Amino acid sequence: MLSTLADTAALLSALVPIPFDALTAQLAEILDLPATEVQNAFWTMAVGALCAVCCSLAGCFLVLRRISLLGDALSHSVLAGTAGVYLVTGRVDPVPMLCGAITAGIATAVLTQFVHKAALVPEDSSIGIVFTSLFAFGVVVVSQAKHVHLDLDCVLFGDLAFAGVNLHPTFGWLVPESFRSLVPTLMITLLLLAVFWKELRLTSFDPTLAVTLGFSATLMHYLLTTVVAIVTVSAMDVVGLLVVALLIVPAAIARLLTDRLSTMLMLSCLIGVSCTTIGYLLALRWDSSAAGLSAVVAGAELLVVIVVSPKNGLLGRLMQTLRLRVRICAEDVLAGLFRRQERSDAPDGLVQASVPECHMLAGGGIMSVAALRWLRSRQLLQQAGPVMSLSETGFRYARSMIRSHRLWEAYLQENFNLPPDHLHDPAEAMEHFIGPGVQQQITEELSQSAEDPHGRAIPDVKRQEVR
Amino acid sequence: MFFSQTQIVLTGTLLLGIVAGMVGTFAVLRRRALAGDVVAHSALPGLCLAFLAFQSRSIIVLLSGALLSGLLGAVTVSLLKRFTRLRDDAVQGIVLSVFYGGGIALTRSIQNTHRNDPGADLESFIIGQAATMLKGDVLQIAAVAAVTATIVVMLFKELKLLSFDEQFCQVQGWSAMGLDILLMLLTAVTVVVGLPAVGVVLTAALLIIPPAAARFWSDRLSRMMMIACAIGGVSGVTGTLLSARYDGLPTGPLIVLTSTAIFVLSWIFAPHRGLLWRSREVTDLEMYLPWVESGDTVPPASGPHVSAQEVS
Repeated sequence: MLSTLADTAALLSALVPIPFDALTAQLAEILDLPATEVQNAFWTMAVGALCAVCCSLAGCFLVLRRISLLGDALSHSVLAGTAGVYLVTGRVDPVPMLCGAITAGIATAVLTQFVHKAALVPEDSSIGIVFTSLFAFGVVVVSQAKHVHLDLDCVLFGDLAFAGVNLHPTFGWLVPESFRSLVPTLMITLLLLAVFWKELRLTSFDPTLAVTLGFSATLMHYLLTTVVAIVTVSAMDVVGLLVVALLIVPAAIARLLTDRLSTMLMLSCLIGVSCTTIGYLLALRWDSSAAGLSAVVAGAELLVVIVVSPKNGLLGRLMQTLRLRVRICAEDVLAGLFRRQERSDAPDGLVQASVPECHMLAGGGIMSVAALRWLRSRQLLQQAGPVMSLSETGFRYARSMIRSHRLWEAYLQENFNLPPDHLHDPAEAMEHFIGPGVQQQITEELSQSAEDPHGRAIPDVKRQEVR
Repeated sequence: MFFSQTQIVLTGTLLLGIVAGMVGTFAVLRRRALAGDVVAHSALPGLCLAFLAFQSRSIIVLLSGALLSGLLGAVTVSLLKRFTRLRDDAVQGIVLSVFYGGGIALTRSIQNTHRNDPGADLESFIIGQAATMLKGDVLQIAAVAAVTATIVVMLFKELKLLSFDEQFCQVQGWSAMGLDILLMLLTAVTVVVGLPAVGVVLTAALLIIPPAAARFWSDRLSRMMMIACAIGGVSGVTGTLLSARYDGLPTGPLIVLTSTAIFVLSWIFAPHRGLLWRSREVTDLEMYLPWVESGDTVPPASGPHVSAQEVS
């Protein structure tokens, strides 16, 4: 099986001989930089991107299932796994260490649940107990293994900056060493997504429904945990403990931007890749840690998304509130003009008000300026010199507002038995949110809808225009 | 008076364990166990920035920076929870990893720019170096411990109310938010004075494990807190002694492992909530069967002690 795989890969590389060297050399010429530097940067960014894609895919499910901190716990306990294998075998071989690390990752998930359920410890405390203990064990063992290559620094900080330096020929391609673990990891992750797409989606959003439909949420949980452990272990080599940042932050950003799982996965991958790439470039510029700066870039991207995200962003919500306030002020002007019309005997739509009077109806201030602009741009108000008057559409709009207002007053009085002087204020607030549908509903429920509690006529929208 | 280095370190870790047990009790009971972890991780960039700004390795300067950015991290957590639809766990993970990432980037660039200056090695704060603790550091921890103990004793009733019934606390007229902020401050200060000894990654353990172990032994807050302090102190001392005895073993992780061992022992042997006791209690419950079947409202007087499951 393995040999066939290797043969296929070798065949593939022979068929698709990507001349990475030539390409990077060309790029170096264009950028006027030393060829080795460009090649190094290219491969580092490739490793970072691969790492980010694996982490983002797995991280989306962590965020959706609200077990993000499991990613944090796993990244700490992985050290205990490698250390344990070292303690038993006394050697540093990549394959057993990888297995040990993955086992430790799964053990963390199991132990956390065990301590929580069997020892009646709250879940957050049990996470805290398990991962700090395992990490402490790892640090103790590693501190005793100074004579061999078991690098605590690598675990704590990662060495993304050097990931592109060690190129190894693998199946005919000359690629960085990290590709050997990252490419299979990506494949395993994609395989899990492809095979269990439906189950993963179901158990992430509605575990109870999943169980009643006969899908084991527990099985999915541990399957996912296993994949997260594999992803964490292979990404740890490159980014260290900061694998948490790549797991959680891009997924969280994507979560803020979309409600579709497939879109979320793709977005988080893109965001993850941008984080590691920009982080690496900044690290080159400032002579600092690429993994650390990737996390910082991820945080900055999150901040930007929180502020400007179209649907849920702070800016979007602020704009929405402002727009609503302008509409309310404008509608107050319309309703005020309509009332003035009622009091005068002028024919419909001919009542006039000066511009300052309109401002006063809108409540004054900068909002009233915006409200009058809003009204003019929608041609609800006409301006003739210093006076303003309702246009035909404006008159109909205003009439509907007043109808909403008085219907609500009548409704409140009939159903809640409020004293008459308590009716105006709630109606003044509600009138802006009662559309034709609700008007209809209220009309149907009222015993009479010709007059409001104050004895004023409730204007009927269906009545033919007088003008 | 002159103390040997080991005595200084021992006093320091003892006091640290006690104060962490005291503050951690509330954190564990309020399900805020990982808040300390977030503060510890977010303290790192502030520590580095303080070093860069003042070019000094004075512990007061560094820890003030650490405290400020640790608190900033805690505030960021509440802001993100308030203004986005992200969940608790994701928010904690984000703040923790982004601040820690910033800290790593800063320590690395400090190291790269101060290559010839051994004093610029801030990486010792990540795992901690209890062995290099000075008398000043211990005095600091003692001061923090004294202040924390005073506050906890003075506000014990209020904090107890907050831990068990936040709504009731508010209804009674206490400011739950104020008490919350106070606890956050105490946690942050404890975490920060613990940083030089146990480091960013493991400080959370001091806050979580001793109280979680103490929870097995008592259902009374005052007793649980005293036991947590005792376990914290014992872990601190034992960890330090072990690391002094076996040269080269790091102190912080040993303290954590000692407290884990105490946690496991408590889990097995504690009365009422321990594994052994509960395995016996299951058979004891059979005593209740006749009472349940008889339909009496008053339970038999000679029943077993109220079971641990109910209290959890």
